[in-house]
Amino acid sequence: MELLGLFNYWVFAVLLMVGFYAVIAKTNMVKKLLGLSIFQGAVFLLYITMDKVDGGTAPIIQPGVVDAIYSNPLPQVLILTAIVVGISTTALGLALIVRIYEAYGTIEEDETQRLDIE
Amino acid sequence: MTVLFGIFLLTLLVVVAIGIVRTKNLFTAVMLTGIFSLLMAANFFVLDAADVALTEAAVGAGISTVLLLGGLALVPGRERNRRRLHGLALGIVSLITLMVVYATFEKPRLGDPSAPVHQHVAPWYLEQTPILVDIPNVVTAVLGTFRGYDTLGEVIVVFTAGIGVLFLLGLPGAIGSRKTEEVQPGNSYLGHHLIPQIVGTLLIPFILLFALYVQFHGEYGPGGGFQAGAIFAAGMILYSLIAGEREALQVITPRVLIGLMASGALLFGGVGVVSMLLGGNFLDYNVLADNPVAGQQWGILIIELGVGITVTGVLLAVYHAFAARGR
Repeated sequence: MELLGLFNYWVFAVLLMVGFYAVIAKTNMVKKLLGLSIFQGAVFLLYITMDKVDGGTAPIIQPGVVDAIYSNPLPQVLILTAIVVGISTTALGLALIVRIYEAYGTIEEDETQRLDIE
Repeated sequence: MTVLFGIFLLTLLVVVAIGIVRTKNLFTAVMLTGIFSLLMAANFFVLDAADVALTEAAVGAGISTVLLLGGLALVPGRERNRRRLHGLALGIVSLITLMVVYATFEKPRLGDPSAPVHQHVAPWYLEQTPILVDIPNVVTAVLGTFRGYDTLGEVIVVFTAGIGVLFLLGLPGAIGSRKTEEVQPGNSYLGHHLIPQIVGTLLIPFILLFALYVQFHGEYGPGGGFQAGAIFAAGMILYSLIAGEREALQVITPRVLIGLMASGALLFGGVGVVSMLLGGNFLDYNVLADNPVAGQQWGILIIELGVGITVTGVLLAVYHAFAARGR
């Protein structure tokens, strides 16, 4: 039961590396981008895992409640903004892929590299 | 019970992630990404992060899926077949996973109140928010005032990414050589599906109203500019899917979109400059009103509005940039 408290971190490790695998092993650029968002999601999970306090609740202070335990608001703020930045950068990457396809006619990385050499 | 639920969600998360990486069909991969985000949002909610869950649900499961589909419409939808597993990469990845898992045995357990992360500034935020800012949602208080510089930086990053997409793809009528009139009228993804069309038309006003509620209620409950911007953009994207690309560009014209992108960030920075002119530090809202607490509340309200405007502008402009390029 003691080790169950680490399950979130293990999932973080697995997700991080599943995303990383897609980035290094796949040649398809859309796949790489999706891998990057899984990688990013894993980091979000790590931060939000750290904010949890036993018996706590979301950090919204209720009037008249004195001895409430609140979870840590700081990781939440960092990740809240990071999610919106994440989608903007994903969109930028996708726009680059669209332009690469228009220029090379393929979105497989090994093929664009071969076309570059020729 | 909550622990079991959390473990169930996390296991599903891993299964979906492996599915995304393994499938050859990119359309399937993108739809799985939507499910991944929704599961992630549920997880965040289990971990007490209501604001983050709302953001992830609106941005990750909503907007991001639509944007990826819009991009996918412009590139081939299938990954080329090659050997199924990459041995070296798999070896490296497994090794790092084991190392990270080994490292976690030193970490504090989930929910441990004596973990180092809970000893630093967080208790101060929870104690001082009712005194200095006097709004219930501590997350909004930290976002808007205690870490206002950080948030301003994030807004600028969102703005910059939006500009980048527009420079790469063009936005008819604003950036690039195409005009709005060249986009075909009545051309939409859902135009010939009756049920989505009727249900969508009914829902759009409520989605927009909900976005405004989330925007202006962010100090009291989960919500704020980032979430509201995403929800508002989702409502307008739904309109564009139903009524057509050109019709949507006539409701909020490309020039207005560009204006929205810039003016939100300017509004945020402007609050900082005004507080400097009134004798305070940059983004020090205390000087905005006679009473420091009221000043803080005004400051947060205005900067959240700026955040909402920029996020709406950027997400909508990016969507239109993808959608208009394909037709």
